Amino acid sequence: MTQVSMTVNGKAARGDVEGRTLLSTFLRDQLGLTGTHVGCDTSQCGACVVHVDGKAVKSCTIFALEAEGAEVATIEGQANADGSLNVIQQAFQDHHGLQCGFCTPGMVMSAAALLKENPKPSEAEVRDYLEGNLCRCTGYHNIVKAILAASGQDVGAIAAE
Amino acid sequence: MPKDGGIGASTKRREDVRFLTGAGNYTDDINVRGQAYVHFLRSDVAHGRINGIDTGAAEAMPGVVRIFTGADFEGVGGLPCGWLVTDRFGQPMQEPPHPVLAQGKVRHVGDPICAVVADTLEQARDAAEAIVLDIEELPAVVDMKAALAEGATKVHDDLKSNLCYDWGFVEENREAVDKAIKEAAHVTTLELVNQRLVANPMEPRVAVGEYNRGTGDHTLYTTSQNPHVIRLLMGAFVLGIPEHKLRVVAPDVGGGFGSKIFHYAEEAFCTFAAKACNRPVKWTASRSEAFLSDAQGRDHVTKIELALDKDNNFTAIRTDTLANMGAYLSTFSTSVPTWLHGVLMAGNYKTPLIYVNVRAVFTNTVPVDAYRGAGRPEATFQLERVIDKAARELGVDPIALRRQNFITEFPYATPVAVEYDTGDYVATMDKLEEVADLTGFAARRKASEAKGMLRGLGVNCYIEACGIAPSNLVGQLGARAGLYDAATVRVNATGSISVMVGAHSHGQGHETTFPQVVAEMLGIDASQVEIVHGDTSKIPFGMGTYGSRSLAVCGSAMVRATEKIINKAKKIAAHLMEASEADIELKDGAFSVAGTDKSVAWGDVTLAAYVPHNYPLEDIEPGLEETAFYDPANFTYPSGAYACEVEVDPETGKVTIESFTAVDDFGNIINPMIVDGQVHGGIAQGIGQALLEHCVYDDNGQLQSASYMDYAMPRADDVPFYAVDHSCKTPCTHNPLGVKGCGEAGAIGSPPSVVNAVIDALQSGGKNVTHIDMPLSPSRVWAAMNG
Repeated sequence: MTQVSMTVNGKAARGDVEGRTLLSTFLRDQLGLTGTHVGCDTSQCGACVVHVDGKAVKSCTIFALEAEGAEVATIEGQANADGSLNVIQQAFQDHHGLQCGFCTPGMVMSAAALLKENPKPSEAEVRDYLEGNLCRCTGYHNIVKAILAASGQDVGAIAAE
Repeated sequence: MPKDGGIGASTKRREDVRFLTGAGNYTDDINVRGQAYVHFLRSDVAHGRINGIDTGAAEAMPGVVRIFTGADFEGVGGLPCGWLVTDRFGQPMQEPPHPVLAQGKVRHVGDPICAVVADTLEQARDAAEAIVLDIEELPAVVDMKAALAEGATKVHDDLKSNLCYDWGFVEENREAVDKAIKEAAHVTTLELVNQRLVANPMEPRVAVGEYNRGTGDHTLYTTSQNPHVIRLLMGAFVLGIPEHKLRVVAPDVGGGFGSKIFHYAEEAFCTFAAKACNRPVKWTASRSEAFLSDAQGRDHVTKIELALDKDNNFTAIRTDTLANMGAYLSTFSTSVPTWLHGVLMAGNYKTPLIYVNVRAVFTNTVPVDAYRGAGRPEATFQLERVIDKAARELGVDPIALRRQNFITEFPYATPVAVEYDTGDYVATMDKLEEVADLTGFAARRKASEAKGMLRGLGVNCYIEACGIAPSNLVGQLGARAGLYDAATVRVNATGSISVMVGAHSHGQGHETTFPQVVAEMLGIDASQVEIVHGDTSKIPFGMGTYGSRSLAVCGSAMVRATEKIINKAKKIAAHLMEASEADIELKDGAFSVAGTDKSVAWGDVTLAAYVPHNYPLEDIEPGLEETAFYDPANFTYPSGAYACEVEVDPETGKVTIESFTAVDDFGNIINPMIVDGQVHGGIAQGIGQALLEHCVYDDNGQLQSASYMDYAMPRADDVPFYAVDHSCKTPCTHNPLGVKGCGEAGAIGSPPSVVNAVIDALQSGGKNVTHIDMPLSPSRVWAAMNG
């Protein structure tokens, strides 16, 4: 066991982990941050996306020890300070961008990373960016709409209902 | 309408807030103090005899609590099959045992052999590697035709053959159908494969078993679409635990699509092991494990013949299907190719004679069971493909051929034993032509051709049967369960309401839509109504959510229970206002006396029910809580017309979906936003089947598409924005809300139009291609073009 420490959602966090402990396991099992989900074991589904030092990372794909000293952001830290949904979260609710909710944390975290890089993405750019996030419920229609809406674009003009 | 959303409002989903903030409570989020972890050692061969299992070294590994093998389960039952199919000779299907852990033989890659329980998951995995298995590999049967050949290796030594059943429907029609096909002016024949798929809800399955030594109570937390079904099957048939000592909880569940209906070995194992180890036992599937252990879907090989007279009227349909059961009979596997498939063979058309023959086959593959649509996509695909092929052979417009043969009068009794109560297939086709702008297709094709692309248009109709029922009929057909549902409406003293429902929400949004119905009926705010589901200790015995049944069946129970609430509340209100019960009216959450200005609020009545000081105690009991069980008189029959436009790159065979339009008739709609979303998801799964997804075994029964690296799930850039329209409404005539199922329509209705569109594109490019089996991958399309 090795001690690892990092900042998670602005708070100091530490724990003892094995070398093989994944960041997703550390977040879920040791910190109780169960909003980060694990939907596959080949880094394909993206349900586990978190931000590590501002970059979108599949937390099932790095070891907890690799995040030593890093700033980690998870879905639990995304709401506004007053607890209300942030712009992206609110857009997902407004546009029915989630159904079972399992892929949702990864979708929201990927969307946040996309909009940081590209504040006004086109539909094609959104779809391309989401290649690493699988959703089985929504057919992506309302997820893409939600992200375009969160970027301030008029989705009514882009996608039919 | 209640100001925060009644029937017909696109109310935003209340459950979203917890899912968007990471506050959901999925089964893997549940950890019980002192829990141990189980890792299953699974077979890596498709067929083999277990000659020995040496767990000695593994048991000495750090953290190991206990290692279980099939021998530990000899005293308990096997996993049951919920539907007994009788073959066309009147004999029961062959029904082999399905042990919790393999006994004697392994029959598919992934068949669980040993279960290692340890303090940590890593210790359990490490110990599993130290188990020494002596397994004699046997020849595997993978191909269905080979499995039925004389002298084929048997999956189950004690059965006569690998044939589960040979089903004929309607058997009495057989000769008449043969004769009609012989005498037809034209017969179109199509042989096709409806390929095996994997449901792939994004949340892998999880089970946590817990046992209370003090009370003898068992609890199972599990990723299920129907916790009461699991309690009944596991308690009564596998482990022998009476219902009152067994609680099954299915909390937030991350999608199901059918694959979480069934009772699985891992659920029984964790429940059993929690008592045996006197510790809670948790199992979380990896995705790789899900590919080897979740029941898979489809896998039919079919020949369909469509007979037409000289005026192009359909006169007969004959089908011959091989349906893969896999190595064991999963819970509802046997009903899928029969009662969920054969009864849909009439589609939207008045074909007087139909005969469906299905032979279900055991193979050394993962068991197959219901996946979104379950039998109905298979029926729709073959019918809508053969009609398109017939139109080409006859040189007629495929839409016109469909229109000519539409059923136009309802109720309509099909030759395959069901009666459609309502529908308007002309209206949905008219709407499709408008929404999809079919008149503009020629110009769009021209534009594609100018870019060097082939453009195709594919259209199809579908009919679906949802909310399978009634119980007495399905019992005669072999169902070993009732198919009603139940709801308890508990009005609290201050007027808020908890509705305990048998249906389970794992993406469908019941927590939002069900309150919309109750709020509308009572005239109170929807926010005053909460849905409780997913816990057998809280909800009445209901059958859960599958087959697009929740609103039509459980919602009807909820309406009936709410009507009982209103009747009782009116009695209380009449007493409070010293009026006759017959004069009491309920409007906007208040009770008034007709023709007067006397009124009492909802909350006054509910408080009187629980503080019965001024109350007709001699006539009615205190309290305000009612339960209703609802057994539907018939299925509901949603229908629709879909159109797909594709571009095919003639250089590479790559297909791009340019547009997809869905027009569905779901009858009355509670929440249009949610219904649209259900259709979107179904379409993506249908496009996935048509173009991408394929569960592939090699000749030795090794699963070659066992991860998301190899199983092509639809991704955001594989699909377009969809156009969906639900303005055509013929309300169901036999349920109180006039609603039909909507959850599976997209997956049922979309594959044929995609394939029809690709064939149309290739034909427009002068390629004489009449059929390509799904998935229409670039290599398959290219091969067809250049073959």
